[in-house]
Amino acid sequence: MPEIKVTPLGAGQDVGRSCILVSIAGKNVMLDCGMHMGYNDDRRFPDFSYITQNGRLTDFLDCVIISHFHLDHCGALPYFSEMVGYDGPIYMTHPTKAICPILLEDYRKITVDKKGETNFFTSQMIKDCMKKVVAVHLHQTVQVDEELEIKAYYAGHVLGAAMFHIKVGCESVVYTGDYNMTPDRHLGAAWIDKCRPDLLISESTYATTIRDSKRCRERDFLKKVHETVERGGKVLIPVFALGRAQELCILLETFWERMNLKAPIYFSTGLTEKANHYYKLFITWTNQKIRKTFVQRNMFEFKHIKAFDRAFADNPGPMVVFATPGMLHAGQSLQIFRKWAGNEKNMVIMPGYCVQGTVGHKILSGQRKLEMEGRQILEVKMQVEYMSFSAHADAKGIMQLIRQAEPRNVLLVHGEAKKMEFLKQKIEQEFHVSCFMPANGETTTILTNPCIPVDISLGLLKRETAIGPGPDAKKPKLMHGTLLMKDNSFRLVSPEQALKELGLAEHQLRFTCRVHIQDPRKEHETVLRVYNHLKGILKDYSVQHLPDGSITVESILIQATAHSEDQGTKVLLVSWTYQDEELGSYLTSLLKKGLPQGT
Amino acid sequence: MAAHLKKRVYEEFTKVVQQQHEDLSTKKLRLTKPSKSAALHVDLCKATSPADALQYLLQFARKPVEVESVEGVVRILLEHYYKENDASVRLKIASLLGLLSKTAGFSPDCIVDDAINTLQNEKSHQVLAQLLDTLLVIGTKLPENPSVRMRLVEVACKHLTDSSHGVRNKCLQLIGCLGPVEKGVAKEAESQAAKDVQKIIGDHFNDQDPRVRTAAIKAMLQLHERGLKLQQAIYSQACKLLADDYEQVRSAAVQLIWVLSQLYPESIVPIPSSNEEIRLVDDAFGKICHMVSDGSWVVRVQAAKLLGSMQQVSSHFLEQTLDKKLMSDLRRKRTAHERAKELYSSGEFSSGRKWGDDAPKEEIDTGAVNLIESGACGAFVHGLEDEMYEVRIAAVEALCMLAQSSPSFAEKCLDFLVDMFNDEIEEVRLQSIHTMRKISNNITLREDQLDTVLAVLEDSSRDIREALHELLCCTNVSTKEGIHLALVELLKNLTKYPTDRESIWKCLKFLGSRHPTLVLPLVPELLSTHPFFDTPEPDMDDPAYIAVLVLIFNAAKSCPTMPALFSDHTFRHYAYLRDSLSHLVPPLRLPGRKLMSSAVSPSITPHEDPSQQFLHQSLERVYNFQHLDPRGIQELLEFTIRDLQRLGELQSELAGMADFTATYLQCQLLLIKALQEKLWNVAAPLYLKQNALASAAAKQILEETYKMEFMYSGVESRQVVIIHHMRLQAKALQLIVTARTTRGVEPLFGMCEKFLQEVDSFQRCFISELPHMQGSFVDKLLDLMPRLVTSKPSEVVKILQTTLRQSTFLHLPLPEQLHRATANIIEPTGESDNPLRFTSGLVVALDVDATLEHVQDPQGTVKVQVLYPDGQAQLIHPKPADFRNPGPGRHRLITQVYLSHTAWTEPCQIEVRLLLAYNSNRSKASTRIPKSTWSESLEALPPSENGIEGTIPFSKPVKVYIMPKPARR
Repeated sequence: MPEIKVTPLGAGQDVGRSCILVSIAGKNVMLDCGMHMGYNDDRRFPDFSYITQNGRLTDFLDCVIISHFHLDHCGALPYFSEMVGYDGPIYMTHPTKAICPILLEDYRKITVDKKGETNFFTSQMIKDCMKKVVAVHLHQTVQVDEELEIKAYYAGHVLGAAMFHIKVGCESVVYTGDYNMTPDRHLGAAWIDKCRPDLLISESTYATTIRDSKRCRERDFLKKVHETVERGGKVLIPVFALGRAQELCILLETFWERMNLKAPIYFSTGLTEKANHYYKLFITWTNQKIRKTFVQRNMFEFKHIKAFDRAFADNPGPMVVFATPGMLHAGQSLQIFRKWAGNEKNMVIMPGYCVQGTVGHKILSGQRKLEMEGRQILEVKMQVEYMSFSAHADAKGIMQLIRQAEPRNVLLVHGEAKKMEFLKQKIEQEFHVSCFMPANGETTTILTNPCIPVDISLGLLKRETAIGPGPDAKKPKLMHGTLLMKDNSFRLVSPEQALKELGLAEHQLRFTCRVHIQDPRKEHETVLRVYNHLKGILKDYSVQHLPDGSITVESILIQATAHSEDQGTKVLLVSWTYQDEELGSYLTSLLKKGLPQGT
Repeated sequence: MAAHLKKRVYEEFTKVVQQQHEDLSTKKLRLTKPSKSAALHVDLCKATSPADALQYLLQFARKPVEVESVEGVVRILLEHYYKENDASVRLKIASLLGLLSKTAGFSPDCIVDDAINTLQNEKSHQVLAQLLDTLLVIGTKLPENPSVRMRLVEVACKHLTDSSHGVRNKCLQLIGCLGPVEKGVAKEAESQAAKDVQKIIGDHFNDQDPRVRTAAIKAMLQLHERGLKLQQAIYSQACKLLADDYEQVRSAAVQLIWVLSQLYPESIVPIPSSNEEIRLVDDAFGKICHMVSDGSWVVRVQAAKLLGSMQQVSSHFLEQTLDKKLMSDLRRKRTAHERAKELYSSGEFSSGRKWGDDAPKEEIDTGAVNLIESGACGAFVHGLEDEMYEVRIAAVEALCMLAQSSPSFAEKCLDFLVDMFNDEIEEVRLQSIHTMRKISNNITLREDQLDTVLAVLEDSSRDIREALHELLCCTNVSTKEGIHLALVELLKNLTKYPTDRESIWKCLKFLGSRHPTLVLPLVPELLSTHPFFDTPEPDMDDPAYIAVLVLIFNAAKSCPTMPALFSDHTFRHYAYLRDSLSHLVPPLRLPGRKLMSSAVSPSITPHEDPSQQFLHQSLERVYNFQHLDPRGIQELLEFTIRDLQRLGELQSELAGMADFTATYLQCQLLLIKALQEKLWNVAAPLYLKQNALASAAAKQILEETYKMEFMYSGVESRQVVIIHHMRLQAKALQLIVTARTTRGVEPLFGMCEKFLQEVDSFQRCFISELPHMQGSFVDKLLDLMPRLVTSKPSEVVKILQTTLRQSTFLHLPLPEQLHRATANIIEPTGESDNPLRFTSGLVVALDVDATLEHVQDPQGTVKVQVLYPDGQAQLIHPKPADFRNPGPGRHRLITQVYLSHTAWTEPCQIEVRLLLAYNSNRSKASTRIPKSTWSESLEALPPSENGIEGTIPFSKPVKVYIMPKPARR
């Protein structure tokens, strides 16, 4: 039996460092190549030596697919391609290809310049790596080689995020990457057609959560910002530069527009500006509203949101500032926070999760006095709000995607083991498909039904389909023919042709069967009764009563003789050829039931 | 020699050309000959190749064929059909057959047999499909002939086994459209095809081709539409189709399920995988709900729309659609809505939320959580959050319909509707506000909900704000804080968008009259009165203060204790507002006030309203003036007109009536004045000045009559006749004046002729009304008609003059409802000092925003006029889509006007105004022609000669400062 093997190098029962190896029909594909945020040693990258101990990776992998630009999905790419050495094709969507190097460069700067690490990839390596990238469009089928083809589907989540359908022959795998089934202010919802893959590899970050309507969250967020601004307070929103930041910007921008508000909104500069540029470009990847209105005005050309300057923080009056990084652990957001923390009119809104130990986490857990460096004590009087804006599919969303794609097997990655367990059970219960959740380095093997193509001549096909009633054409159909296996190919040919080709003589095979019927009447009367009976039942067949006292149904012969011992029993002789086996056996069973009483 | 040669050449050349020309023209002649069939026959015979023949047929198809020759043409076509080898030509012939049998007046019985015969030997699938289509056309043309239909259905059944999807498609379509609907017919025919059509179609639900499956479902729906009761057995089949791979199949299946659920709502169906049974309508509801999260948005829209019309569904199921069980880390979580509700019911006001406020509470039994239920769970939650706004709108509409029929559901869906007020697409927001208004009878807003609703008041879109005001007009608020909140937000809105003034006042009027008891405790605060100290008197012109007063006075109407809380100036302000904003301030019974006596007890019906009484009384007075001397009449008229105009200003509901009568009296006054001129006694040329006055009067009367006829909605034929009569008088006046001022008789001939024609057409149009017009001008005129026709123009003029003087003043009966069309240009405001600069020769777009009231068919009649300082006028017809209809009798025009001009040296003002176009052809007297057939029947009607088109300005002009700059080179 052919099989699909899946081995997560990262993201198996874990979040971060997504990297999954799939071998499908002799092809090896690597899905994502991410880094782990939590580690600073070798563990941050997947263990590529698993793939091959000695020998080049290029020989083992047919292609690498990157689902989106988040670092836990593409962070290890330059290391993998330049330092470990991989020269094969890397596939990603256009927006990902555009934004990914910016993030990689940023990541490199932080690790090398700030933390002073050596033996890390260089800017040149990022560039070289990006040269190996082949960009794909949505729904474009890309032929990697003769047999392997991939196709991208829209995944929501972040700009350019895609799900990939990987197909070799008739075996296929869908890898979702991260996706979002509910649309947000700037991106649409993930969508896939009923492609019925053998395996669906899905993320499961929110495997045990069903989220509230996003509208409540948005309304809350806007209300809080609006109230603070009306009071004359300042609002600080620490964000990471890409993804949620854009959503919040659009949200505030449209709100400002609608409500005719005048208070300034600032966005800390740098990396964001470059990224915003790409958001403007890739309009087709955004949601319906933005796509429809961009002719009049590109929503990402913000009217109310301006670049932030350090000096603005001291300006009087209300303002809203988006500042990086998102967890208030360093940089601009922390600086602004320190300036504004003392005033109870101000507010800080944390739009995402904060890691333990960061200032963000401390204030969220209710700490009002913070010890800053230099033994300073900072008293936090400003309001602290938490607002979760996350772009992963929740449990319902995951189920919805499974329903859309109708896979034969499901494999969960990118989530916590405990939560996966729950979802796994649900999936098996609801859809009756088997579900897997391998840990890192653990290989899952999935058996697939092989499909074997057989050639059939058109003449035979037409002849065979013409027989029998039409409407149930969707059901499997019985066909008569001879299967010839020759020269590594299968052919279905008509028996005559097969005989001719093989140089064999034809043999007739005939079945005869005797059926005993209790009937005291004369032979010809019995025959007549049988004839009438059959005629009554088999309306669609030609039933004939021949002058010699026998009956033919199509080519089946029925003769009646009286039993030699018991005149009351008639023996019906039914005889048919092998080709009429179906009808013949039906007839016998019919006759065995006896004739109807009366007349 | 050379010249001669040249000539020869030319001669020859011209000859050749001429011959060709002849040839061509003969061919043309033949084509247009009445006998089409012959021409076609010749053409087709001439055709050497299939392509040629096809060309001929295409040409032929462009021209209509007369009914008489259809059959002949069909025969020719059929003849060629059998001869033709090329499939494309046969296809064209087949389609032509269908086209021809559609010809009005032609009965296709005679060609049925031939058409069916053609099917026999046809091999090409495309042609077959086309032929079946033709048969379908023939069948639909013969609704009275069941036997033919039967035959056609039989033929279709035979071809159902065809291997091409196109043919099967058409067969199913034909069966759907022509299949026997009544059971009786099927039994009579007793033929094979009369087998249950439903079964035949049902068999094709499982066809291998999705297009055929769709066609089968559509055919089934078609049968349903034609009145066949579908069998319940189809239901399970249809349910299977919901999981089809193709969206069009799913979409059609959803419809079929809906139809079945309406047919058999109470049947019981088993739930698979359990022993329980539920009502069919509930099951279908659950299934359609499921489709709201389908992969294709077309199906989602379809499903969401249909949900709205499933009112028989049990409330238990209905409420599930709004329920999406939240959980977080496997623990049950409350929705934000539930939290808000709890906060509210515990009496605590929303505190600054802490992180983890929504922390999940109870553990969930993992087995019990059903992530994708087959039930209705959360269908609307999904639908309202959908990516496509089409789905969201459909969901909102469905919510609206369901909520209207179920108060408890209305209560539940409130939170979701309120959430939709923040949708990113304006259309959706607007739709949800309207929906909320429609269901507002069933609901009472909680404070936190009101808060969210009111937040939208700051929206920059006027449409949204106005819709919201409408909503607030009919909302129930539960607490006095709510009222206060609403007032504060409305006042905020007022300061931000002063143009909303009227709308806000109106909103507060209703808010006050709906919640008198809630307003009562707020009064001291709102009026800022103090028990001991006198507070400064607020500014009477402050719109915000007026808004507060409107709220209070309307509440005071049904709350007699309230006036006790008023301070002195409040009473004064009341008197002032009652006078100036009478439509917003109701009459109050105030202690120690004169008004108390005049304020009528509520038992008196509005018909006996004092103002109405006054109107009628003053009219009575006017109509009885016959006995007065001319001076007295004039004075009386003048006073009455003044009174009526004032009344119109005071009583908005009577404004139309008062204005209408005032205009009429004005006409009469003008007529009397004109007739009193001395010029009539003196030789004409000496009194040019008075003459100008009289002719001006005649002109003005004409204008006013057009206004009366076309500017008021609710004018009945009784009024129209009087208006026309007045117009006739004005025309007579015009004629007399011209007769007296011009010398020579020639021009008069024409005028007299025309006038007499008009009298004649008046008589024809209003023959039924004539008995009511005893002693009037026209009455007398008609008596004299025989004399008039024969006499000379000077005679005619003389007769007219005397009749005009002697004729009585006609009593103008008033209709029940009369409204004057008004328009108000909101934008441009005309206050800007900044000229609109643009390069000359190019265009600049000026946004025009106006409200129209009581305009009938604004799309056809309202125009925008732009007057340039050089006297040039431009008339713009706004697109029909620019008109919106926010309420009955009200319209809103939002359009763009393109301006352009040559360069000016300095900025100057242009005038923009709205005009009401009228056409006396389309007057109310002649039978009103429905819009759809208007263009056709217009050709049929002879254009009447007195059809005058014109425009009436009906809005105040607005000035816009513009500056076309010379183009830079």
